[in-house]
Amino acid sequence: MDKEMLLDWYRQMVLIRLFEQRSAELYQQGKIGGFLHLYIGQEAVAVGSIAARRDDDHIITAYRDHAHALAVGTDPRYVMAEMLGKSTGVSSGKGGSMHLVNTEKHFWGGYAVVGGHLPLAAGLALAEQYRGTDNAVICYMGDGATNIGYFHESLNLAGVWKLPVLWIVENNQYGMGTAVERASAGTMLQKAQAYGMEGQQVNGMNVMEMYEATAAALQKIRDGEGHQFIEAITYRFEGHSMGDPLRYRTKDELQKWQEDDPIGILERHLLENEMADRETMEQLDQQAQETVEEAVTFAEESPLPEPEDLYANIYVEA
Amino acid sequence: MAEYIVMPKLGFDMREAELVSWLKEEGEPVEKGEIIAEIESDKATLELEAQAGGILLKKLEEAGAVVPVGANIAIVGEEGEDISSMVGGGEAAAPPAPAEEAPGPAAATEAAARTPEAPAAPAAAPAPATEAPPAPAAGEAVSDEFPDGVRATPVARRIAGEHELDLRQVTGTGPGGRIRKADVEAFLERGPAPEPAAPVAEPAAAPAAPVAAGPDTTEVKTSRMRKAIARRMTESKTTVPHFYVTTAVDMDAALALRKQINELLPEEQKVTVNDLIVKAAALALRDFPNINASFAGDTLIRHNNINVGTAVAVEGGLMTVVQKNTDTSTLSTIAADNKRMIAGAREGKVGVDDIEGATFTVSNLGGYDVDHFIAIINPPEAAILAVGTAAKVPVVRDGEIVIGTQMKATISADHRVTDGAEAARFMQRFKEILEQPMLLLI
Amino acid sequence: MARITMRQAITDALREEMHRDENVFIMGEEVGVWGGTYAVTRGFYDEFGEKRVRDTPISEMVIGGAATGAAMNGLRPVAEFMTINFAMLALDAIVNHAAKVHYMFGGRLKAPVVFRAPGGGGRQLAATHSHTPDVIFAHFPGLTVVSPGTPYDAKGLLKSAIRSDDPVLFIEHATLYQLRGEVPEEEYTVPIGVSDVKREGSDVTIVSYAQGLQVSLEAAEKLAQEGIEAEVVDLRTLRPLDMGPAIESFKKTFKAVVVEEGHRSYGIGAEIVARLQEEAFDYIDAPILRVAQDEVPLPYSRELEQMALINPDKVIAAVKEIL
Repeated sequence: MDKEMLLDWYRQMVLIRLFEQRSAELYQQGKIGGFLHLYIGQEAVAVGSIAARRDDDHIITAYRDHAHALAVGTDPRYVMAEMLGKSTGVSSGKGGSMHLVNTEKHFWGGYAVVGGHLPLAAGLALAEQYRGTDNAVICYMGDGATNIGYFHESLNLAGVWKLPVLWIVENNQYGMGTAVERASAGTMLQKAQAYGMEGQQVNGMNVMEMYEATAAALQKIRDGEGHQFIEAITYRFEGHSMGDPLRYRTKDELQKWQEDDPIGILERHLLENEMADRETMEQLDQQAQETVEEAVTFAEESPLPEPEDLYANIYVEA
Repeated sequence: MAEYIVMPKLGFDMREAELVSWLKEEGEPVEKGEIIAEIESDKATLELEAQAGGILLKKLEEAGAVVPVGANIAIVGEEGEDISSMVGGGEAAAPPAPAEEAPGPAAATEAAARTPEAPAAPAAAPAPATEAPPAPAAGEAVSDEFPDGVRATPVARRIAGEHELDLRQVTGTGPGGRIRKADVEAFLERGPAPEPAAPVAEPAAAPAAPVAAGPDTTEVKTSRMRKAIARRMTESKTTVPHFYVTTAVDMDAALALRKQINELLPEEQKVTVNDLIVKAAALALRDFPNINASFAGDTLIRHNNINVGTAVAVEGGLMTVVQKNTDTSTLSTIAADNKRMIAGAREGKVGVDDIEGATFTVSNLGGYDVDHFIAIINPPEAAILAVGTAAKVPVVRDGEIVIGTQMKATISADHRVTDGAEAARFMQRFKEILEQPMLLLI
Repeated sequence: MARITMRQAITDALREEMHRDENVFIMGEEVGVWGGTYAVTRGFYDEFGEKRVRDTPISEMVIGGAATGAAMNGLRPVAEFMTINFAMLALDAIVNHAAKVHYMFGGRLKAPVVFRAPGGGGRQLAATHSHTPDVIFAHFPGLTVVSPGTPYDAKGLLKSAIRSDDPVLFIEHATLYQLRGEVPEEEYTVPIGVSDVKREGSDVTIVSYAQGLQVSLEAAEKLAQEGIEAEVVDLRTLRPLDMGPAIESFKKTFKAVVVEEGHRSYGIGAEIVARLQEEAFDYIDAPILRVAQDEVPLPYSRELEQMALINPDKVIAAVKEIL
């Protein structure tokens, strides 16, 4: 983890943070519709883990997916265009915030049905195994998803068939408005064990720890040890989605977590280890700001889909 | 479960029918839809299909009975089934309560007049002008609730529309009297006869053919219209006591007036000689209400309106088109109506209103160089006027022989409603009007 | 030409496609070692090995979802649900994921997966094991749903389904597995989305598919003895629905009966009748009737169950009602 990598992670996390904040503004202006799930506070989880993957490893996640789309290297302009429902969007305006995708970068999308993508992850991994590669799949999910049927069936199958999946639970302490303790009968690691994995709990606010834990887990998979499990402890600073009245947690709690802001943690690390100075980081902040603005401008100027697009791509076979 | 067979409604204005003959005996098996009897409505002889299958357990009416639409006529069920509760008390429709209605279409009087010797007919006592219609058997096919007032399938409507056919003329054989494609097609094939589309079986009372077909003969199938005419004229001639009065009418003044009038009228309203005759007859009928009437046994039904029908020769037979309220209609109206209806009759496109409701008929063979002829009354009318050619003949005027245009008119009248003197006075009045044709314009 | 059962036709299609394309593989409950609970994949495990014939745990949701994921990543899975009753557990995976990923990602990925599932009643398996829920799956754009009624169509359609780049639900019928029919030995496919006239006639149109087709053909033979010639149209594909032959037939006969094994209310027949009256309104000469399963859960008792199911007599009665 050299300086270049760390600075790059810093840049990525700031980009994500600013992108999310700008998206919230656009949502309030009515330019982004539907549901908007912000990743603010969780940046280290996506950035750190995706940084550890090989380019051919697959990424798949749920609907809080902007960070993952950006972290795999998707051009923010096309992500923002998708948020605004434009034809230049990553899903041609057909998916929206919850269904970003970048198949070139092996990012197989965001999915709106809780747990719905878990079996897809198993399937992606199945194909790699079938072809005899040592590529892996990183499948992200929230803590709430560990209770749904899909979770159990997918982890069970991956365990039985030794599918190359790294399951990363982004435990932000709440499944929508329900605290983890109210929803889960066992701990995350107990669930991992139920399906043949040891599982590892990681500080999700620390991007470096995320990187190392992910790299290690992927190596285990490639070494033939079967699927792996990381519980990333994190926190979302905003509500579940826009319009969440946040009745289920306290401002004090939020404040406490914000003291552990992932960007702040990295920033302090860079400064304390004299890997970068504030000016450099402010420049990176500025660049990120500009990138986000460019993306918004591009998106706003992009055309809407044509009426014929309504019927496009329902079937491959026309 | 035993079921009743009921008298079906097979014509839009059918209220009752005579059960002419049974085609099945008690104890015989019957299939749903099988023809089990012949019935005769006021317009045609029809086949009655069993509405249920099984064994014909009991006939509730005998051949010859006149049965209202909806009444039970038989019971069909399983062999040996106990039907004691169904026999006797099982009249479907209560006899309709007598009701006064505005003097109506000839149909009502037809029904009453048709059975003069059977006053016990389930139809209301002949006193009222019309009866309230009995409860429908399986649903009315004619009702304002349906588009165009009839129950018909979409394809039937489309075909009818393509042929500009008024669906109300067609009788439906579908459930509830629904008009189906086959019904419309049958109607179109037959031609514009005013009978329901149901097939006409040979009337049971038809006389045996006096001549046998053989190598010296050619058989031509009689059309439905011809069969109906045969039946009605036979009935008229054999049941109505006809008598005849002839008068010769000097037509010079009428023809001159006609010429003058027509110079002022557009083509479609130009008055024909027949129009003059029709109006003259109508005006005369005003003074002779007995002749604008129908025999009804105990009563004579006088019609409040004078609707003069004109007999029209059409392919395959004869049709009568009816001018309504002739006595109060202007000549130009009469001319326009008749022109339209006659043309329609010849093309096979007439509405029901055009052929129903005559109270008196004029039959005009003047176009055929006919001196004089005698017509047969169209029941239930009381009379018919046969008119010959208005020909140039020598006439006596003021003691001198001059050339005049003379037309012979002969009335055939029903001696049950009128007699010689009255008919003769009618003819006098008729002649008077035509010879002072200004009376036609008042 | 050989006269084989529908089961054999399906087996042959699977085997031939697996030989033809190494990306084709099978997964499902008891498909491998057991040989398939309906014996469709008997012998496959030995022939192709456990990589290509995979026994899964009893996990319908992940059977549906993992097959989809594998298809997204370049394979051509044929996932078997032991019966269509269980496939309902995977409804989300099938209609919400397999059927949607191509569209909601703007065409950037596809899911060429085949789901096979036998359904139908009549074997005293009681209420939860006897459904014909075809219409539920046919409701969703993005999913292709086919259901053959003859061995010829079964083999040809399954090949088309496997070769299709779209997710296909291939609905089989337990009772039809034994049906014998002519099947060519040469390579052939049956196109998806094309209906077929199985019997010509001009008195009435009968529209049906799968088990209903066999019932309708039997009814048509009996009707013919009474001089009523029924034209029987086999839908073969439920979505995308080809109404062409049915409408063409209806314009000839002006009367139709739709026969299906599912329940009458909100069923496949409802769609057919709606389309007929929309697209051939001026040809309607009688109400268009549906012959379908009674509105009851299917009972165990043989006699009761048979009463609720469709049969040729019910079809004949319906035809006569409208003639």
